[in-house]
Amino acid sequence: MAEFDYNGKKIETDDEGYLQNLGDWDKGLAEVLAKQENVTLTEKHWKLIEWIRDYFQKYQVAPAIKSLTKEVMNLENLPDKKEANKFIYELFPEGPAKQLAKIAGLPKPTGCV
Amino acid sequence: MAKPKDKYKVPVLDGKISIPKIVPGATAYEHMIEAQKDDMEALGFPAKLQDGWKAKAIGVFKEILDNNKAVRDYMDICVRCGACTDKCQFFLGTADPNNMPVQRQELMRKVYRYYFTPSGFFKSLSNSQELTEEVLKDWYTYFWQCSECRRCSLYCPYGIDTAEITMAARQIMDSIGLGQKYTTEVIHKVFKIGNNIGIPPAALRNTLDDLEEEIEEEGGKGVKIPMDVEGAEVLLVPPSADFFAMPHMESLKGYAKVFHKAGISYTVSSYASEAGNFGKFIGSYKSTKEINKRIWDEARRLKVKRVIIGECGHAWRAAYNYSNTMNGPFDFLDSKYKQPTHICDFTLGLVKDGVIKLDPSANDDKVVTFHDSCNIARASRMGDFQGGQFTIPRELIKAAANHFVELREGTTKEKTYCCGAGGGLLTEEIMNVRIAGAMPRMQTVKEAVDNHGVNFYALICAICKTQFTKIFPLYGFDEEMVGGIHQLVSNAIVL
Repeated sequence: MAEFDYNGKKIETDDEGYLQNLGDWDKGLAEVLAKQENVTLTEKHWKLIEWIRDYFQKYQVAPAIKSLTKEVMNLENLPDKKEANKFIYELFPEGPAKQLAKIAGLPKPTGCV
Repeated sequence: MAKPKDKYKVPVLDGKISIPKIVPGATAYEHMIEAQKDDMEALGFPAKLQDGWKAKAIGVFKEILDNNKAVRDYMDICVRCGACTDKCQFFLGTADPNNMPVQRQELMRKVYRYYFTPSGFFKSLSNSQELTEEVLKDWYTYFWQCSECRRCSLYCPYGIDTAEITMAARQIMDSIGLGQKYTTEVIHKVFKIGNNIGIPPAALRNTLDDLEEEIEEEGGKGVKIPMDVEGAEVLLVPPSADFFAMPHMESLKGYAKVFHKAGISYTVSSYASEAGNFGKFIGSYKSTKEINKRIWDEARRLKVKRVIIGECGHAWRAAYNYSNTMNGPFDFLDSKYKQPTHICDFTLGLVKDGVIKLDPSANDDKVVTFHDSCNIARASRMGDFQGGQFTIPRELIKAAANHFVELREGTTKEKTYCCGAGGGLLTEEIMNVRIAGAMPRMQTVKEAVDNHGVNFYALICAICKTQFTKIFPLYGFDEEMVGGIHQLVSNAIVL
C-alpha cells in the first residue's frame, strides 16, 4: 500500500501503483498516474482510456486483449491486429494491462495474463 | 512486445546449460509483494504477522508433520547426495545456492530439527536453527523462488517431492499472516467471481460473442461458444486466460471448432469459469478443494455427461489427480468417459475416429516444437496408458502440422525445464527471477531456432503461454512464436 497527495486529498494505491479506491479517479489524477509511468497523454491515449473505462463500467472487468485490439483497429482505422497491437504498445510501452488499466483507474488484471 | 528494461538482467544465450559458480545471496533481494488484508481474511488467514506468530508457525508445522506422512519423511530422509543441486532452473539461472533444491529445503529442515528432533536443541550437533524473523525472511524469499515444478524430485534417489515442502512452507507462512499478494488475490477472485481474472457472467458472454464473430469472419460459420446451457453433453472448463489473454484465446477458438465439427453439444460455465487452481500453489487443501468443487457442482447443475479441461498445466493436475478424492464420486456423469478428459485427448480421439479431419498443410508455414509443461509431464497423466501425457499432445501436433521437431534431448518429457513462472511466480515484481529461471529452456529454444528454424512454440499451459510471451522478446525471439496446440488445430481443422 502506498499513498500520495493529490489536490489536497490522500490517494491510496496498492503496491503496484493501481488505485485502491476506483472512485478517486478523475482526468487530472490520470495525468499524475501517467507521469508516474513516464507516459505523456495525448488525444490518442485519451480515446483508449475513455473506451476502457466505459467497458469497465459496463462489465466490471477490463476487456480481453482481443476486444481492445479490435476497438483500436476501428478507432484508428488500422488494417490488422498486428498493427493495432503495435499501436497500443507505442502508446503504453509496458502493455495495456499494466499501463492503460492503471492510468484509467482500473484494478490490475490478475491470473495468467 | 514488452521492451527490455534496464533493470532486467537478461543472460546472453550461447546454447549451453552450464552449472554456475555459486553466488551466495544473489537473489536475496527479490521480494514478492505481500498479500492484501481482505484477500488473506477471505482465505481464512490472519491479515498480517501478529504477536505470537512463532508459536503458531511451529503449531501449524506440527500439524503438517502429523497429518502429512510424506512431508515428515521428506524432512528426515534427505542424505544430501546433491543429485538435485544442478537440476533446478532457478539455481542454474540465478546461481544463488539457496535455490539449489537441497539448500532451499534445508531452510525448513534446520527448523524441523530444532523443534522436532531430540538432538535439535544442541545446535552445533544437529545444525539446527530456531525459527527467527531472519529465517522467516529467507523462507519468504526462497520458497517464493520455487515453481513447484518437481524437476529436482525426478532426480532424487529417495523420491523427495520438493514441491510438497515448498507448499508446506507457504502453508505455514500463510497461516501466520505472511502471504503473497498474487496467489491470494487470485484465489479470492475465484471465490467471489468464479475465475482468476475476475470476469463476471455478462463480460464473459460479451467476450464469447466477440470471439464467435471473429471465428465467423475467418470462415468458421455457425461456430458457437455456448455458456451456462443446461443439458449440454459436455462441460468445457478452460483456464480463464483462454477468455482473456493472447495467445490463449486462439486455443479457445480451436476447442469451439472441434465441438462444432464433431457435432457434440457443449457449454462453458460462468460459475465454473476457471480450470486453474491456485489453491495448490499455496499448499491449501481447503482452497484447492473449494475451487475444484465448483467444476463438479456445475457439472451436476447443468446435467452434463462429461467434463473436459482446457489447456492448462496445474489445472489438469488438480482436476485429474484430486477431483475424485476431494469431490467425487462422479456417478452422476456418464461412466463411458474418463472424468475429467483432457481436451488434447478428446480432440485426438475424434481425429483418430475420423469424426473430424485436420489438414496439416494449413500449418506448413510453421516449424513446430513442443514444450512439456511440468504439471502435466511430471505430476499427472493423460489418456489411459503410461506416458500418454507425452504422446497424446505430440500426436495431436503431428496431426495438425507437417513440420515438428523435438527440443534438446534431456530437456523434454519428464525431464522438461519449467517455464520459470509456474507455482505462483507469474507476477511482475520478480521478473528477474522469471527471466533467470527461463534461461535453461531459452538455451534450448535458441538451439531449436538456429538449427531447425523452429518458429512455433506449442504449449498446453496458460502460465507457460503468458510467461513465454513475455520472456521471448526479452531474449530476442518473436512473441508470436508462442501458442497453444489448439491454435494449430484451429488453423488445420476442415470445417
